[in-house]
Amino acid sequence: MSGLTKKIVALAGVSAFVAGNAVAAELTVVSWGGAYTKSQVEAYHKPWMAQSGHSIISEDYGGGIAEIKAQVESGNVTWDVVDVELSDAIRACDEGLLEEIDHSSLPAAPDGTPAVDDFLPGTLHDCAVANIVWSSVYVYDSSKVRNWNAPKTMADFFNTDAYPGKRGMRKSPKVTMEFALIADGVPVSEVYDVLGTEEGIERAFAKLDTIKDDVIWWEAGAQPPQLLADGEVIFTTAWNGRVFNAVAAEDQSFEMVWDGQIYDLDLWVIPKGSKNVEAALDFVRFSTATEQLANQASWISYGPARASSVPLIGTYHDNPAIKMADHMPTAPGNFANALQNDFEFWADNQDDLNERFNAWLAQ
Amino acid sequence: MDAAQPITAADGTPLKKKLAQAMFRSKLRATGLVVPLLAFVLASFVFPIIALMWQGVYNDTFERLMPNLTEELRVWDGVSEPTEDMYAMLVADLRQNRADKTIGKVASRVNQELAGTRSLFTSTARKAKKLEPPYKESVIKTKKKWGELKVWQAMKLTNQSLTPGFYATSLDAVQTVDQGFVMKEDKRQIYTKLFVRTLMISGSVMLLCLLLGYPVAYLLATLPLRYSNLLMIMVLLPFWTSLLVRTTAWIAILQSQGVVNDLLVWIGITGDDSRFSLIYNMTGTIIAMTHILLPFMILPLYSVMKTIPPSYMRAARSLGATPTRAFIKVYMPQTVPGIGAGGLLVFILAIGYYITPALVGGQDGQLISNMIAYHMQKSLNWSLAAALGGLLLGGVLVLYWAYDRIIGIDNMKLG
Amino acid sequence: MLDGTNPFVRFRNVQKSYDGETLVVKNLNLDIEAGEFVTMLGPSGSGKTTCLMMLAGFETATHGEIELGGRPINNIPPHKRGIGMVFQNYALFPHMTVSENLSFPLKVRGMSAGDIQDKVTRALDMVQMRVFGDRKPAQLSGGQQQRIALARALVFEPELVLMDEPLGALDKQLREHMQYEIKHIHENLGVTVVYVTHDQSEALTMSNRIAVFDDGVIQQLDDPVTLYEKPENSFVAQFIGENNTLTGTIESLTGNVAKVKLEAGDSVKALAVNTDGKGSRTSLSIRPERCVVSPKKVAGLGMLKGRIEELIYLGDHIRCRMNVAGNDEFIVKVPNTADQLGLEIGAESYVGWQTDDCRALDFKQV
Ligand SMILES: Nc1ncnc2c1ncn2[C@@H]1O[C@H](COP(=O)(O)OP(=O)(O)OP(=O)(O)O)[C@@H](O)[C@H]1O
Ligand SMILES: [Mg+2]
Repeated sequence: MSGLTKKIVALAGVSAFVAGNAVAAELTVVSWGGAYTKSQVEAYHKPWMAQSGHSIISEDYGGGIAEIKAQVESGNVTWDVVDVELSDAIRACDEGLLEEIDHSSLPAAPDGTPAVDDFLPGTLHDCAVANIVWSSVYVYDSSKVRNWNAPKTMADFFNTDAYPGKRGMRKSPKVTMEFALIADGVPVSEVYDVLGTEEGIERAFAKLDTIKDDVIWWEAGAQPPQLLADGEVIFTTAWNGRVFNAVAAEDQSFEMVWDGQIYDLDLWVIPKGSKNVEAALDFVRFSTATEQLANQASWISYGPARASSVPLIGTYHDNPAIKMADHMPTAPGNFANALQNDFEFWADNQDDLNERFNAWLAQ
Repeated sequence: MDAAQPITAADGTPLKKKLAQAMFRSKLRATGLVVPLLAFVLASFVFPIIALMWQGVYNDTFERLMPNLTEELRVWDGVSEPTEDMYAMLVADLRQNRADKTIGKVASRVNQELAGTRSLFTSTARKAKKLEPPYKESVIKTKKKWGELKVWQAMKLTNQSLTPGFYATSLDAVQTVDQGFVMKEDKRQIYTKLFVRTLMISGSVMLLCLLLGYPVAYLLATLPLRYSNLLMIMVLLPFWTSLLVRTTAWIAILQSQGVVNDLLVWIGITGDDSRFSLIYNMTGTIIAMTHILLPFMILPLYSVMKTIPPSYMRAARSLGATPTRAFIKVYMPQTVPGIGAGGLLVFILAIGYYITPALVGGQDGQLISNMIAYHMQKSLNWSLAAALGGLLLGGVLVLYWAYDRIIGIDNMKLG
Repeated sequence: MLDGTNPFVRFRNVQKSYDGETLVVKNLNLDIEAGEFVTMLGPSGSGKTTCLMMLAGFETATHGEIELGGRPINNIPPHKRGIGMVFQNYALFPHMTVSENLSFPLKVRGMSAGDIQDKVTRALDMVQMRVFGDRKPAQLSGGQQQRIALARALVFEPELVLMDEPLGALDKQLREHMQYEIKHIHENLGVTVVYVTHDQSEALTMSNRIAVFDDGVIQQLDDPVTLYEKPENSFVAQFIGENNTLTGTIESLTGNVAKVKLEAGDSVKALAVNTDGKGSRTSLSIRPERCVVSPKKVAGLGMLKGRIEELIYLGDHIRCRMNVAGNDEFIVKVPNTADQLGLEIGAESYVGWQTDDCRALDFKQV
């Protein structure tokens, strides 16, 4: 190599080094789309971009870790931060697909409580930091005149005599089978114990059999509000944030039944080998600070994962009459009979139960 | 002249050899021209398919990540009590995998064989560092399940890298250590049912496409140009709209509060409280898929019909055939290449469909491709997905072969 | 014809328009006797195929009646008309063998297998194609396909056979051979044939009568001799055979002899066939073989001065192109006789003809 080219290479190296530090990073943040992504853009992305000088490309996906796995294993990681469900976060972490996140680096609460104590129990993991608590509930449309009393319990969802008509449910054993057991009288604290036995599984399917002919199965989160609005179903299971959005932003008169709700977490993870790890970590730290989590709650009715955010929850961004705190899965009035999704149970049994669930569907 | 004597060229070399020499250069040039394409096809098509097939029978996750235990499991007979050595090697491998952050892969792999073992591996791996000999005792103390024989049998099976297990699963059977292959109990059988249903739905879609597409293609081929152009645009219009939009449109049309049912109620064919279920079931799947795949039937049919001059029909009629008879005996046989091409195209595309069935299929509109997609994207059991895909491919090849035997592949015209 | 009985095929005041704007066939009247071989001859686009298709039933007449065997057939569908048809591209069914093609019309008539076999064999024999029965049409040469198409149109013994330029795709030699064969078959079977062509020599060799079409109108309908010898208008004169045209104005009419003043100044006598009388313009038609070239005037012939432009030796005759009365495309066929005339290019000479051979027809600018 001649002296001149050596110099050029050296220069290029220097400029690349400079660029790495001074030039703003472009972060790809991936989430579930719709009203949920919008709440994140408003509460996290915009303020972070303004503060850090970096930019964010927001992408949508449909969940699962297939894409992360493909990116990491092919060595071509284009996603920097991804919003995933708990069971996926655990599994991806176990498989070495994620960067670890140091909990002590997360910002403390305004009163000085360290992050590890401020986050709700079970919301911090080796590779993942939760931002919200969301919930599966069932909904009905109170504007449609029917000759029945408003449903109150999970058992009502399965009661086709008192509530004749079609019901929407997610085409997945997860949540569906828990709902069946709760409706069948299993206390929420024992649901996973029962479901862990063969008899429990049989019992859940037996309960589901009673409504099988009346169920319309949905797969995408946007479907259930639509089914309800179209009058295709009288009840449907749904994610509470989507329902809230339909009520607050689209003026639908949907009512949620919180009895037997099953709540779960959404967490930030960083795929291993992300080209912007530092910026990604900064973004995760920024967005899971007390204030940002509280702000997000004024855009969608998902509960913040930090205790210190709860008192700060305000009103709906568009309508000061709606107090967001009342619509959170964790609001006292809603939380009376709630079940936390057991990620470990599902990590162990997802494949098996899914196979049985599909076999049951096909019968 | 002696018949056995080879014919020779002017310079005395046998004519055959001479011809071969003359052809060699042009053959060489032709080969040179197709090499890039061949390489491209190999790299982008043949190789991935072979890789996929291979993945369906070969999965070395366990053997690779648990090398010490592998040695022990090889010599273990599969029914006797696991030994202390086996537990020791298990702990050694778990420690290593914990350090390498690969325990999740092992856990997933064994969990495919025996449900409920994923957390067994991940949680024990977390504690593996602190475990002390005798290992058998201390391991079982962390989780009782480690003492169960079926866990060890599952490991012995996953330890086998070259395995028929995924194909067995694809056919609703399980491989066992001691009894070979056993069919799953009835309520767990799913894949064979889905294969049969997939073939049936694809077949119905193909027939419906033929029934609906044939007259349209005929009109396209026979109408004056200005009308046929308009019709052609209408046929192609669906291609310009996204699949999702088209599927959603069908939901709006067919749902029980949708346009069709409203119309039927209005006409009085059905009552307001007994509307038809046209969607979220097999009917909906077939209707939506037929619509989406219709152009693939119409276009090959059209391209064949376009080449059939009207004089054949006229000739048939002048010879005394009624219009129907002329159509059936003279026109239709000439469109067989188009029917074959369109049918095969629609059938093969239908077999691979999963977005539409997922959205409008409900409980009995699920197809095998939905399961493949599930194992590709959600359960990440790519080996099972590969095995299912392999069976599907095999099925298609058999059909292709049958088609070739019955109608002849050269008697097919794609455009 | 005019004998009062019903002809076999009759077009009465038939008009046809495809688009409602132009008439493709204008007021067609045509009678065809049983057993006749009638040819429709005319330039491309003159409406021949259209007439044939109306007769076969594939097009409906916009106006007028078509009768077959004394019955109006306007409302009878093609397959009930029992008319055999040979198409220009043969239209042999490609998915059937030759035998199957031939048995098709017999099968639809519900004949027994034995009868079908018999008839097919006979039809194949007729066109000398017996050994090709098991081949597909694609495995036959053009001429062979042509014969099969002919056999198929005849195998169910129709009384009327229509042929639309059946020989158009064949080379000259084969075409002439097939013309002969078709004529032969016609004579042997006694079927009525309506034949379409735009090749005039084909029409002249084969037909009993020829209908010359132009612009949707039959210009003249006559037997080949009359048509050639006595064309009734300029179009027919020019379309059939070779023809010299001179234009002029009629000075006087005596009986059927007109005195015509040519545009170049000379006056000639002509047979007034189709003129508008004294003072009207006319085109004179003279056949090249009816002219004589002579260095001196010959008594009794109309004679004009001309100059020899070109000579082509053709063995049996010499083709002599002259400039006569301003027309430098004036052709004279000089017989190759012993007493050579000493024709020379550039030589001034007289050219002459009998008055009867010079026909004064409707005026048509050339
Ligand atoms: N199907 C049709 N639609 C509209 N116009 C037509 C149709 N068929 C023929 N024509 C028109 O009618 C006129 C006569 O056509 P026809 O086919 O009868 O001519 P032809 O005498 O057979 O000519 P050719 O010798 O070229 O075959 C032509 O001007 C042609 O453009
Ligand atoms: Mg024609």
